[in-house]
Amino acid sequence: MGGKKIVCRCNDVTVEEVEALIDSGVTDIEELKRLLRIGMGPCQGRTCVPIVLGILARKTGRSQEEIPLPKARVPIRPVRVEVIVGGADE
Amino acid sequence: MSKIAVIGGGVIGGAPPHELAKLGEEVILFEKNYFGSGSTFRCATGIRAQFTDEANIRLMKYSVERWEKLEEELGFDINFKQTGYLFLATSEEEVEAFKANIRLQNRFGVPTRLIGMDEAREIVPILNTEPFLAGAWNPKDGKANPFKTLFAYLFRAKELGVDAREHTEVIGFEQEGDAITAVRFRSNGKVESVRVDAVLNAANAWAPLINEMAGLSRDIIPITAYKHQLVKTEPLEPGQAEPLVCPPSWNDAYIIQDGEDGGIICGAGIEHKAKGLDDYEPTYDFLRGVLEYAVRIAPPLRYAHVVRQWAGFYAKTPDSNPAIGRLLDNFYIAAGFSGHGFMMAPAVGEAMAGLISKGRSKVPLDWEWYDPYRFERGELRSSAFQIG
Ligand SMILES: Cc1cc2nc3c(=O)[nH]c(=O)nc-3n(C[C@H](O)[C@H](O)[C@H](O)COP(=O)(O)OP(=O)(O)OC[C@H]3O[C@@H](n4cnc5c(N)ncnc54)[C@H](O)[C@@H]3O)c2cc1C
Ligand code: FES
Repeated sequence: MGGKKIVCRCNDVTVEEVEALIDSGVTDIEELKRLLRIGMGPCQGRTCVPIVLGILARKTGRSQEEIPLPKARVPIRPVRVEVIVGGADE
Repeated sequence: MSKIAVIGGGVIGGAPPHELAKLGEEVILFEKNYFGSGSTFRCATGIRAQFTDEANIRLMKYSVERWEKLEEELGFDINFKQTGYLFLATSEEEVEAFKANIRLQNRFGVPTRLIGMDEAREIVPILNTEPFLAGAWNPKDGKANPFKTLFAYLFRAKELGVDAREHTEVIGFEQEGDAITAVRFRSNGKVESVRVDAVLNAANAWAPLINEMAGLSRDIIPITAYKHQLVKTEPLEPGQAEPLVCPPSWNDAYIIQDGEDGGIICGAGIEHKAKGLDDYEPTYDFLRGVLEYAVRIAPPLRYAHVVRQWAGFYAKTPDSNPAIGRLLDNFYIAAGFSGHGFMMAPAVGEAMAGLISKGRSKVPLDWEWYDPYRFERGELRSSAFQIG
């Protein structure tokens, strides 16, 4: 027992960390995202953001629909640099 | 004890409340969106004393000294690291210019030196040394995490009694003559007002709108919102490009490795005038342009993946130097930080707190250089070096 409950696999963030930050008064999803790096890993939060929204809703007594989703960044999936700049070495 | 309102919850508005509270003042901080939502959370993390004029060098020398102690002072891990800045010259004329800058920086105690490409390659293993003749290297420059820095200030300020409000927009002032007597604000659709003794406008790109609320001309400090963008790669092994690396003659292009997750942040001076103060849309021409520079600086980046691109504002004044000082009797400003507001925050926060509370400060800030009325007088300073 006592294993860590992970919410963000990309950045190794636990439920406890999310809850502690909300308890300290940080209740904006954009702020939680940046302080914990949830949603900032390669999957851009597909796994962790819904879970964090759930925790946030529960702890602040809001409904999940009231909380705006954090902004997703382009590109939606990682793209190799050479695909964008062209293949030829200079 | 006076009551001081600070407008803008970015790092320039976030630092003074803690400093003011230390001086015994009562502070209320307003942020219309979430904290850091302006330029601060979009910045490239860079901190440097390598400027090309005395005022900025002296201010940043002091600011770096504050950065060195900030973690301890605020009791919060902000990930400050002195990994240096490496500027690269592509022509003999540039080497000469670097030498002159280095002499000036050395005169004020900034230990920049000229280095050859072998040493540069040791510092940045993925560097393409071929196009460059020499580097200006200051190992004391560095980087820090903007998210944590701002919150370190805010957490500390709240402990000292500061009333920090987000999602609360300042919409006007009540004035008697030139003096501001109250701030009007809106939160959750409700309008309220609070009596104050002084106001600090730290609204950066939005500062002209706040000046107008105080009865001044919107253009008294002509701040233009330029869209500056960044692109970030997947994490690379730490140590590949830790310093900020920049050949200024390549359109101020730069790369810097994120001190936490190891992703390479790529920037360049490919700017667009923002369509409005909510125009954060990244552009494809930037993505392509910046990566072309990045792979010329560090060819192995060709094989990395881009994971993110975002845009924010360089709130630019005509000489790229901020406006810092007093505008009216009890109305102060620190805004228009162009590309270098994050790094200046510890020094500027302390200086503003001193000015507002005691009329003076020991921070080596050249008030005349940053005088907010210089634009109205038609005076410009020499353009501050722009890069992150
Ligand atoms: C892409 C990019 C890279 C950068 N890289 C670097 C770097 O490497 N190093 C560096 O030092 N600097 C860098 N900068 C510049 C730096 O980010 C800014 O100079 C700095 O963050 C400015 O902080 P600020 O507090 O003045 O402004 P902001 O962070 O913009 O804060 C102003 C705040 O005021 C709020 N506001 C506006 N109007 C109102 C109102 N009516 N009521 C209440 N609140 C209001 C806004 O919502 C905003 O949050 C970069 C900037 C960008 C965009
Ligand atoms: S699981 Fe959190 S960003 Fe991927």
